[in-house]
Formats: sequence, C-alpha cells, structure tokens
Amino acid sequence: MSIFTILLSSILVNNFVMSRFLGICPFLGVSKQVETAVGMGAAVTFVMAIASAATYVAQVSILDKFGLEYMQTIVFILIIAALVQLVELFVKKASPTLYQALGVYLPLITTNCAVLGIAIMNIQMELNLLESVVHAVGAALGFTLAIVLFAGIRERLALADVPEAFQGFPVALITAGLMSIAFLGFTGLI
Amino acid sequence: MSLKDLKNGLIDENPTFVQLIGMCPTLAVTTSAMSGLSMGLATTAVLIGSNLVISLLRKVIPDKIRIPAFVVIIASFVTLIQMIMNAYVPALYASLGLYIPLIVVNCIILARAEAFAFKFGPIRSIADGLGMGLGFTLALVILASVRELLGAGSIFGLSLFGAAYKPALLMILPPGAFLALGILIGFKNWITKKRALNSQGEI
Repeated sequence: MSIFTILLSSILVNNFVMSRFLGICPFLGVSKQVETAVGMGAAVTFVMAIASAATYVAQVSILDKFGLEYMQTIVFILIIAALVQLVELFVKKASPTLYQALGVYLPLITTNCAVLGIAIMNIQMELNLLESVVHAVGAALGFTLAIVLFAGIRERLALADVPEAFQGFPVALITAGLMSIAFLGFTGLI
Repeated sequence: MSLKDLKNGLIDENPTFVQLIGMCPTLAVTTSAMSGLSMGLATTAVLIGSNLVISLLRKVIPDKIRIPAFVVIIASFVTLIQMIMNAYVPALYASLGLYIPLIVVNCIILARAEAFAFKFGPIRSIADGLGMGLGFTLALVILASVRELLGAGSIFGLSLFGAAYKPALLMILPPGAFLALGILIGFKNWITKKRALNSQGEI
C-alpha cells in the first residue's frame, strides 16, 4: 500500500466514525457547535499521531523483543493515558477557552476507542512506523471531517421541529445514519 | 439489597437505552444476534471481575491515582478474556476482532468502577456489575436482532421468512446501526412518555 492510498482510505473509505464506529462518544457528545468540534478534532488528531508512534515503538522494541505480545492492551492503554495527560496540560496552558469548551471530553480522549483502536490496528495491519503515523493522521482527519460536518447539521437541527420523543439523541443518531449512507458512496474508491 | 442493584442496571438505568453510554461496541458488533450476545457476555464478565477487584481494593487505592489504577485492573481482565476466547472460541474471537481489546475503553466499565464499585462492598458491586452487564447484553441482543431480522431475514442464524424475502442489506451495513438505534431509543422515549401521561390521567 502506498502512503497516499493509506491516507485516502482512512479518511474517506474506512472512515473511523461512519464505517468502523470508533470514537462515537465524542462524536455524539462534542458535536453541538462547529467550533468545539474543530477543537476536539485537532486534539484527537494530535493524540492519535503521537500515540501511534509511541505504541509502535513500544510494540517493536519491548513487546516483540521479549515475547510479551499478550501485554499489548495494558501497555497501550497506559501509554495513551499518559499522553492524554500531557496534551491536557498543554491545552490548558495554550488555549484556556478551548480547554473550557472541551470540558470533560478532553480527559475522556483516553477512553476514546479511536485512539486505542488505531494503535492495535496498526500492529494488526503490520504497518511500519511512517505508515502507522500516516494511517493515524488520516483516520483522525476522517474523524474531524465527520464530527465537523455533523456539528454543522446539528446546529441547524436545533432549530428544527422534531417529534418530542425523537428530540436530542435519537434524531442525532438518525442524522448520523444518513451521513453514514453518504460515506458508503466512497466504497470502491480504492 | 443486591437484587435491587441487579434490576437497576438491567432496566432502570440500562446503560444503552437510558444512560446512552458504551455506544461504540453497541453500534459495531450488532450485525448479528449471536455476535451481539457474545460481546455482551464478554463485557459482563469483565464488568463483574473489575467491579469485584476494585471494590475489594477500594480502601487501598489512593484517591488521586484511582483512574489509572482502575484502567490497569480493567485492562488485565480484558486481557484474560481475550486469552480465554482465543483458546476456546477462536471463530468468535476472530469475528469480534478489534472490538475485544476495545472493551477496555468501554465507558460503562469505567463509569461503574467510579460510580459504584469504589463506594460499595464486594457483594453489591458484583450484583451491580452483573445487572449492568446483562442490561448491556439485553440492549445489544435487541438491537442486533432487529438488524439481523431486517438485514438478513434471520435471528441467531435461523431463517424466518423463507427464500422469498429480500433482505434490506442496508440494515447490516454501518448506516443501519445508527438508524436502528436512533429509532429504538426514540420508540423507548415515546413509550416512557405515554406511560407517564397515562398514570397522570389515572390520578
């Protein structure tokens, strides 16, 4: 697989949110405003790129070397948790407004399955270091694309007249379903 | 007391339909009733184990580092389940694939550790884990059955409508997960509201 194919397939064809269902919690939780959605996308992109590199190095230089592959889940989640703490400190210092807006969802990036998902997927697909990072950036951009589009729709949706029982979460899910049908159109692109 | 904890997770505070957490596996593995059921049971096993251990260690774990401690305990149980499934049900393990290690980041488990197991004793914590786990399993099986029925015309692999039925393939493709869950939750809200109105009318 060339770098370009990996990038394109992870952004559009195998979109993380729309076809793999990874990162649904922030996708539904932080998508009420376009601005916050962009911030969340950026934070997730940053964490995913670094986490893929770090987990790749840990896998190759520690787990594979000493035959500890079964420790993968534990090691990866600890690396990700530590990274998220760093990012949290950084965002708090660099942009207090964004920090406020992201609120509880920032520490929750640790439990964003997209991050652990990409780390495990990189190893399963036997990508090398560069490919892993590209794959992560592509997947994160796909996540950002989906969440920003979705936030745009939800801003309009807030003004729409929705049947009472479907207000809030259910109509958001159905909107996501319709978006997912649109993303289905990218199948066969590669 | 523990019976109440059990019912709490199963119905009153059902993780999927009421608390709306743990959405990733809910949407991803519900393409067939069988995989929904096995995912639910795997999560239940992890939930009971982690709730028990966290409850036993709740006086030992310092408050400040409780989250990392929870995560390590949960990850250990997930690794255990991973190994057991790989050894005894390899076909199932392969079909659930990536989503088994991802049980670690299922918010239900961390939420129960923080909200329940860290505060109450081991027996009640086990009951809570079992209730929440079964509630999650129930929700997965309902959603998966709806999707499998519409998308493949069968439930648990048993064909119901005969060969003439043309399945709506969309329902087992990714969009079907969003649509089916959205409609199910909307339907549940509608029933809840209707019942509330009815009981008001009687008074």
